[in-house]
Amino acid sequence: MSVEELKYTKEHEWVKVDSDMAVIGITDYAQKELGDIVFVELPEVGVKITQTESLGTIEAVKTVADLFAPVSGEVIEVNDLIENDPAVVNRDPYGEGWFVKVKMSDKSELDNLLSYEEYSKLIEG
Amino acid sequence: MSEVKLTPLYDIHIKAGAKMVEFAGYKMPIQYHSITAEHLRVRKTVGMFDLSHMGEFIVSGEKALDFLQKMTTNDVSSLKEYQVQYSAMCYPDGGIVDDLLIYRLPDRFMMVVNAANIEKDYNWLKEHLTAGVKLENISDNIGLIAVQGPNAQEVMGKLTDDNLDSLEFYHSAEGVVGGYQILYSRTGYTGEDGFELYLEPTVCEDLWWKIADAGEEFDIEPIGLGARDSLRLEMKYALYGNDIDQTTNPIEAGLGWICKLDKGDFIGKNVIAKIKEEKPKRRLVAFELKERGFPRHNYNILHNGEVVGKVTSGIFSPSLNKGIGLGYVPRSLSKAGTDLEIDIRGKHLEAVVVKPPFYKRGSHR
Repeated sequence: MSVEELKYTKEHEWVKVDSDMAVIGITDYAQKELGDIVFVELPEVGVKITQTESLGTIEAVKTVADLFAPVSGEVIEVNDLIENDPAVVNRDPYGEGWFVKVKMSDKSELDNLLSYEEYSKLIEG
Repeated sequence: MSEVKLTPLYDIHIKAGAKMVEFAGYKMPIQYHSITAEHLRVRKTVGMFDLSHMGEFIVSGEKALDFLQKMTTNDVSSLKEYQVQYSAMCYPDGGIVDDLLIYRLPDRFMMVVNAANIEKDYNWLKEHLTAGVKLENISDNIGLIAVQGPNAQEVMGKLTDDNLDSLEFYHSAEGVVGGYQILYSRTGYTGEDGFELYLEPTVCEDLWWKIADAGEEFDIEPIGLGARDSLRLEMKYALYGNDIDQTTNPIEAGLGWICKLDKGDFIGKNVIAKIKEEKPKRRLVAFELKERGFPRHNYNILHNGEVVGKVTSGIFSPSLNKGIGLGYVPRSLSKAGTDLEIDIRGKHLEAVVVKPPFYKRGSHR
């Protein structure tokens, strides 16, 4: 799936939707703004998350940022790779650098998210 | 508000794709590609820094030595020609005006001060100026490039015929480097071997590229202020504005060794002597986290659940791969091995006071 087909939040997360599953990561813009990511704190598998609430933290050299839940649901998988080698997020934010996979509880929440065009405008503005 | 200043190497940083930030009134590169990679480059081989924002004053005249003895805490009279000294200026109440370097040159002294304090320091010195002393602020006419890392001497050696082996740590020389007659010293703020080159603005660009060429075989890279900060913190070198300022005294900051109480009078001496004798109420300690975490400036330091201080500097150490930091705590909690906690966004992570430096394998002499 290309970046044009992803959904986005104003807080610079992306969501890849596949039926009721959502993969969540941060955008290339976000990783550039954060700089070197030194570690991430991710939720446990099974945790219920709520749209717009923090589900983890991203510790970068110069700053710390929350990872906000773009959708509500249950965490079914977390990316062990980025827990061990967080630089992967800087290198490949849309691929190997994903954060969590979520089983969505309310797909209508996707309507609150931004399209690629809307997100592109946001970061240019 | 005065205008933001640019260093003579500004265009080079822009072309290199550096992320620029305003620091102490200058547009400076905070990183080129990656702070972590730049940090590790300096630890492993060699890196080059634009430090042209630093301030330089020339103090000359027959009473220059007496003047500096009065204004600074260390013993300037102990310096041989071309020797360099780490020192500080204090207020009468013992608070720190700035930390600095003094170069004793044949006919003059050079002070190197923090960029953010150039105006303040210059005014402070001017206020106390006496007959027989000439003070000049040459900051705008001096560029500064640092070459730091275990391979620094090999890089410098390609650019000069001077015998660098005989140049000791904290000593300087005037010689030809890269075709230019310059003042340079074996000094730095990284814990690695290295040199600092004081340059006329017009030669900075050319010498920058000559150093880059000479360092190519060691994968030399430009290093931004971000890595400069993490390199100095791994050594527990204090940063003015974070770890020391007008509200901290040199004794509690662990800088008693640059306060020479037997050299004669200097500004702040009486208070500093008293604090030293009575022992400071608090001390700047080095701590490391026992759990994975990133301590940051202004986070609370706790002991048995009670707030006992604040983090003044903190990083996730690229060399040690753990959270490390500095902060003031009551003297009773300042011994190595003392358990502390750091409040990281509501989570209290276990930390312990350690003996500095954090990084013990530095190549500096």
